[in-house]
Amino acid sequence: MKAGNLQIRPDGRLRHFLSTEGLTRELLTEILDSAESFAGVTEQSVKKVPLLRGKTIVNLFFEASTRTRTTFELAAKRLSADVLNINVNASATTKGETLLDTLRNLQAMHIDMFVVRHADSGTAHFIARHVQPHVSVINAGDGRHAHPTQAMLDMFTIRREKGADFGRLTVAIVGDMAHSRVARSQIHALNLLNTGDVRIVAPRTLIPAHVESLGVRVFHDLREGLRDADVVIMLRLQRERMLGALLPSEHEYYRLYGLTEEKLSIAKPDVTVMHPGPINRGVEMDSQVADGPQSVILQQVTYGIAVRMAVMSMAMQQNTTQEANAQT
Amino acid sequence: MPRPDITVRGGRLIDPCNHIDAVLDLHIADGRVLAVGDAPDGFQADIELDARGLNVIPGLIDMHARLREPGQEFKATIDSECRAAAAGGITTLCCTPDTNPVIDTPAVVELIHHRAQQTGAARVVVVGALTRGLQGEHLSEMAALQQAGCVGVSNGLQALVSTRIERRAFEYAATFDLTVFLHAADAALSANGCMHEGHLSTRLGLPGIPEAAETVAVARDLALIQQTGVRAHFCRLTTRRAVRMVARARFDDIPVSADVAIPNLYLSELDTIDFGADYHFIPPLRTQEDRDGLREGLSSGTLTALCSDHQPHEADAKLAPFPATEPGASGLDTLLSLTLKLAQENYLLLPDAIARVTCGPAQVLNVPYGELGIGRAADVCIFDPAATWQLDTASMHSMGKNTPFLGWEMPGRVRYTLRDGQIIFNRDDL
Repeated sequence: MKAGNLQIRPDGRLRHFLSTEGLTRELLTEILDSAESFAGVTEQSVKKVPLLRGKTIVNLFFEASTRTRTTFELAAKRLSADVLNINVNASATTKGETLLDTLRNLQAMHIDMFVVRHADSGTAHFIARHVQPHVSVINAGDGRHAHPTQAMLDMFTIRREKGADFGRLTVAIVGDMAHSRVARSQIHALNLLNTGDVRIVAPRTLIPAHVESLGVRVFHDLREGLRDADVVIMLRLQRERMLGALLPSEHEYYRLYGLTEEKLSIAKPDVTVMHPGPINRGVEMDSQVADGPQSVILQQVTYGIAVRMAVMSMAMQQNTTQEANAQT
Repeated sequence: MPRPDITVRGGRLIDPCNHIDAVLDLHIADGRVLAVGDAPDGFQADIELDARGLNVIPGLIDMHARLREPGQEFKATIDSECRAAAAGGITTLCCTPDTNPVIDTPAVVELIHHRAQQTGAARVVVVGALTRGLQGEHLSEMAALQQAGCVGVSNGLQALVSTRIERRAFEYAATFDLTVFLHAADAALSANGCMHEGHLSTRLGLPGIPEAAETVAVARDLALIQQTGVRAHFCRLTTRRAVRMVARARFDDIPVSADVAIPNLYLSELDTIDFGADYHFIPPLRTQEDRDGLREGLSSGTLTALCSDHQPHEADAKLAPFPATEPGASGLDTLLSLTLKLAQENYLLLPDAIARVTCGPAQVLNVPYGELGIGRAADVCIFDPAATWQLDTASMHSMGKNTPFLGWEMPGRVRYTLRDGQIIFNRDDL
């Protein structure tokens, strides 16, 4: 079964949201349009709509997360769903219960949606294959594979900043692509939205094999990669990358790939600077850029709620319609 | 047990080792091949097997099978897998030392031989541990393992602590003329990997195992094989480049041979596109170019043997996110058919294909099986070459139902299997 088919219902609508790969431009645009209407809701004084009233959503996090889990929780609550947060640390799963057992136990409590984060690539797909037909799965990050809602909130941010025509945009993604699920999801989304030029900027050790096959141009020199860029997305650099001989030091990384105002001046004057967070100030970028006028890093967080509301309501749409029909 | 005198009548006898491919009767007495063609004067068979329209070949030898016993009887047992082997036309299974306890003492070897004999199905030959507990540090008591009947020594996929230990282990094995079975994978380059490192591992975000994990290990091992003169065999090569390196070494008269596992001849990294756990293999499925290179290596004779790389699992072992699943596939049920399919698809001639699972492995293992010469053990596989069947879990004889070939159309159906002149499988009994 192709991953794309797993995500999409026979009528073309979203069933699960596991990856931006395998979706259509129409679906991505629908998510962005829907998020636009929810952005209005989140800006009102009463920030709730009753779309998912009576639905139960479980945030099933096998990996620590603050921002993603919180915004998913807020999104679900603003849709009037009941939310359960379950943080399973690695030690609990080694006590013997398999992932499938955990899942079955939760399903027995009549759950409607799982929001899943796990350190293993493919976990969201695995869960989506094993849930009951009425249950939807949203991938909140699986290993290095995908983080599609993050990518969509980034697309939403770009659309708000630059307009809907991605074809004329040059987007540079800078940093640790090898370990980044965010970058993979962004690349698929950017290409589905027909972005003119998608670039990756990093040393060879942080670029995975045959990355060009994803539809990106590779740069090793930050200045070259930033030239005429409309959008710069900085990726987070984990400290442990120094241990595996991927990089000599944070100092050298910052010198070569850290974003400073001086380097940013090579990009277009109205360049937008993004970061999925959390930022390592003085490693990926300096504070002047992070807090500067071109940075939209905090807007990204705000938009994250609207985008997650959009995805959750779209994935549950079929079920709510069916029930409404059944009642009339 | 008294052994019946048997005549296998009217089949197409294909015995690659003895260059026979003709319709000939096969006469068996006292568990051994008595005659091929006309029966000796006065020979009276107790049993006559009608093999008209069927192919009669030496019983298959599977170079590389995990039987899971002792230690993991929830996955499979010697009894279950020896019977499954018989149903698949396999008369000799070669098991690996990575059991629990590890096969590093004569006691474990004896246990396995004993259990296998009790099943009365396929026989088992044993590869012992190269180092104690497969820990890669202290040499195992290789001479004792040899006396207990081990056909060679191996450290499986476990790394040796250093190249110095590897050198010493090779020298010590060479002292007793023991074959060393090698799994070429550089530990540091393979660490944490669960699939081939390439564009698909990039797409799926799965930790990759680069081609160099194999070629670096092959280069290092070949240098030490040359230095020590040990007889060595590379198990389950996966890359085109490693095949070329082995071909070159054989040309240079380095005493080395190599085999390939069936899945690597039919599948590639592309099959993992949907995180399907049945495609999780270690060593991994490589590129389509590697798959083609392995097929070429098999037909050119660089790869002299073909193995099932049988790894039966309980269902739960594959029910997890891809990296958390256990690698490997159950392969005894499909070894014969997927070997025949290679000939059917013209990658090699039928006798050559059969040689890769009979006399090829026999030569590597240095065992007197895999051929039907006069006086040899009467290990025979009799199959219907025209029959086709579809693989489903219900029809699998192995305890492990984990296979990437479910639903595949399989050519060739085993009718009878004989080991030492005993009928150990008869499809009519099912």
